[in-house]
Amino acid sequence: MNQAILDKIESEQFRKNPFQFEVGDTVRVHTKVVEGDKERIQVFSGVVIGRRGRGLNETFTVRRISYGEGVERVFPVHSPRVEKVEVERSGSVRRAKLTYLRKRLGKGATLVKEKETRAAAAPSAGK
Amino acid sequence: MPVGILGKKLGQTRVYDAKGVATAVTVVLAGPNRVLQCKTQQSDGYNAVQLGFDDQKEQRLTKPLAGHIKKFNGQPVKRIREFRNFSKEVKPGDVVGAALFEAGDYVDAIGLTKGRGFEGVVKRHRFAGGDSTHGAKGWHRRSGAIGQRLFPGTVMRGMRMPGHMGQVRRTVQNLQVMQVRAEENLLLIKGAIPGAKGDYVIIRESKKRPKGWKPHAERPENVEKAKSKKK
Repeated sequence: MNQAILDKIESEQFRKNPFQFEVGDTVRVHTKVVEGDKERIQVFSGVVIGRRGRGLNETFTVRRISYGEGVERVFPVHSPRVEKVEVERSGSVRRAKLTYLRKRLGKGATLVKEKETRAAAAPSAGK
Repeated sequence: MPVGILGKKLGQTRVYDAKGVATAVTVVLAGPNRVLQCKTQQSDGYNAVQLGFDDQKEQRLTKPLAGHIKKFNGQPVKRIREFRNFSKEVKPGDVVGAALFEAGDYVDAIGLTKGRGFEGVVKRHRFAGGDSTHGAKGWHRRSGAIGQRLFPGTVMRGMRMPGHMGQVRRTVQNLQVMQVRAEENLLLIKGAIPGAKGDYVIIRESKKRPKGWKPHAERPENVEKAKSKKK
């Protein structure tokens, strides 16, 4: 009964429209940034290399190469500061955590992933 | 002149505020508390209010307790506690709950800490212990010397040693109430509170005054009320 109350408090804060993305997708994360009394949207784009946590504590990690340096940012899935997540390109990966990307260098190995196999396969099968 | 309430710790979670800042909170089921005896200066020598919490089967009460509760037409309860100088006016039979507090209030939380059993000196008193490597052998979590030489020839009183740890009453002061859910009798209090989930806790208005905060009884509108009443 106690846990049910906690679950209720948490579920009230869940995002109404859950993000639709998977590990391996290249995404653009729109976050609200407060500077002084102004608020603006900041975009962080990169590859989703993992999700962790359950419920309200769930987070996802986005990795990008910025000026030659690897940068990772962790976003709480249910934070109201995360405005939206756009999927630029969905990737096909065989792992839940893409930590192997950290070892990779250069253009080909780091950012570019196999292209949308599943999404592309469906219409072509229809033809 | 504080208000206080008996409650039950339910567990911890986090809440996001309007700015999107996440805060760790402890959820406390605060009420319903049933008002039993109201002691007054004239009849008892001091002012206090007795609150009962957590309904109980009547057959489980001792006869003296059952008689006491019956005297004030109360429900059988598991816990009874007296709060001195209760600043809200109540009478026996009333039911109070989380609505005694409002978001932004500062409270003290009192509870029994989790029992740890017989604990060594490293865990109990945060001693450093010894090296785990560098040739250390069998001297890892000991306390070291506990005295001097022939003079004083005795171990000083209060020397910190292994022993029973936990299950003692502890107060955490000046915790902020983040949310009050009056209809469910829930208080969401910033930070941690002593005790395990399901333990009884006492939540009362802070004895201290953090950042210009005032207890309910001292706020202008309530002071006015009290004055007009006296007249």
